[in-house]
Amino acid sequence: MSTVVLLLITGLGLGALYFLVASGLSLIYGLMGVLNFAHGAFLTISAFLGWEAGRRVSDGTWWGLAISALVGMAIGALVAALTEYFLIRRLYERHIEQALVTVGLSLASVALFEGIWGTDPIYTARPEWLTQTTEILGAKIPNDRFLLIACALVVLGGIVLFLHRTRYGLIIRAGVENRQMVSALGIDVRRSFTLVFAIGGAAAGLGGVLASVYYGYVSAHLGSVLLIFAFIVTVIGGLGSLTGAAVASVLVAVLQQFANFYLGGTGDLVVVVALAAVLLVRPRGLMGKVA
Amino acid sequence: MTEPILALSRLSGSIAGQQVIEDVSFEVPATGVTALLGRNGVGKTSTVKSILGLIERTGEVRLAGERIDALPTHRIVQRGVGYVPEDREVFGGLTVAENLRLAERYASPRRELVAQLFPDLVERRAQRAGTLSGGQQQMVSLARALVNDNRLLLVDEPTKGLAPRIVDEVAAALATAAETVPILLVEQNLHVIRRLAERVGVLSGGRVVHTGAAVDFLDDEALVQRHLGVHDASEAA
Repeated sequence: MSTVVLLLITGLGLGALYFLVASGLSLIYGLMGVLNFAHGAFLTISAFLGWEAGRRVSDGTWWGLAISALVGMAIGALVAALTEYFLIRRLYERHIEQALVTVGLSLASVALFEGIWGTDPIYTARPEWLTQTTEILGAKIPNDRFLLIACALVVLGGIVLFLHRTRYGLIIRAGVENRQMVSALGIDVRRSFTLVFAIGGAAAGLGGVLASVYYGYVSAHLGSVLLIFAFIVTVIGGLGSLTGAAVASVLVAVLQQFANFYLGGTGDLVVVVALAAVLLVRPRGLMGKVA
Repeated sequence: MTEPILALSRLSGSIAGQQVIEDVSFEVPATGVTALLGRNGVGKTSTVKSILGLIERTGEVRLAGERIDALPTHRIVQRGVGYVPEDREVFGGLTVAENLRLAERYASPRRELVAQLFPDLVERRAQRAGTLSGGQQQMVSLARALVNDNRLLLVDEPTKGLAPRIVDEVAAALATAAETVPILLVEQNLHVIRRLAERVGVLSGGRVVHTGAAVDFLDDEALVQRHLGVHDASEAA
């Protein structure tokens, strides 16, 4: 029983990380049809700069972590908005060029980060409570899992509130359904594109800082690893569906944890098989729209 | 004669590189309903989409004398052009109220007019538009255009696929709207055209082949037969 609880909560924690990356990917694809391979780079630079800011203010404390999170979100939003404004905006409806630019940016940024921070992981200090465990039903759960889950829930709630309570949210929800018709109502839908990139970037930025808490280090490859699973989650959940991304994040991460434990470390393989199964049986994903 | 609200000059449009209308020249007067007619596939919807810049186009489009053919779609609409698309294109995941709120462009939207024309929508304001019947969705689509004080309405096949009772409601709403705003109406239902339109333009092979008074066109059975391939059954009705 305790093992199941441990795997379940650890899976939820990892799922929270996947969601923070996948939420932006899903919104960006849903509204703009852009598969953003540079999303991992937003996460990594936010993790590095968040860590740099946090350790300078107060290393290994809650205050330092809060500074890291704020700086990470701000950097993620800024870099994502700049990417949209200077690179992606010129390439809407040109999917191959979009993929080439974002993949190129992703590869170049890893090289840049390695040039600045080196190729080895840099281990980070955390608040003491996050290094401890809490016992639930006999399972000793690392406390950082609770932080990850709480942050993902706050981000999910925040995005849902934004989408349902603001005019921009309304435009984005309508744009995900039918971008051309939004324009035909006299709305400059492209203005909301930068905003969606910024929101996705901020979520990825927070994800970057929390990934450094979860893994205990920052590295130039942090974003690349999480991006692969975030893409899988986005496809399984249904491209463009925020709820789908949330549900699929939990399913994929929990499945991965259980397979790693009970099926001899085959978590990644099982996730890919699940992706293939979803694509074969329900190509639009769990909650995606029919094309 | 007063300036036309809309003037098309040598307007050509293409979709994915395929030309769908060619050198369309046509004027919409500043009052009343002008119907754009033609057989299926002659380019009526493409003409409307070209006016709005929803498809690639060349040529001249003037709204009350001002050229708008270089403007993006949202800027054209902001100049006072309401659009009711062929397949309603309501946002199915949004509620009726959200669909209407999204369409409101001015500080004082005409909510009372919409409520008066479509009382059913008031009752269903919290319902997702995707769960409405075809007729109700058409009302949402029309209401989105009528909620603003426009200078021109482009209405594309508003009665397509609707039950006769709903067709009457839609026609009545358009008649009310036409009292205050000129309408370019794409329509297949000759009964509706006879009821609403004062003038017609007929497209064939992507070009305008006839313009004139609606009643003259509809009363000329040979002309109707030649350009539309149907008889005007409404005449006998």
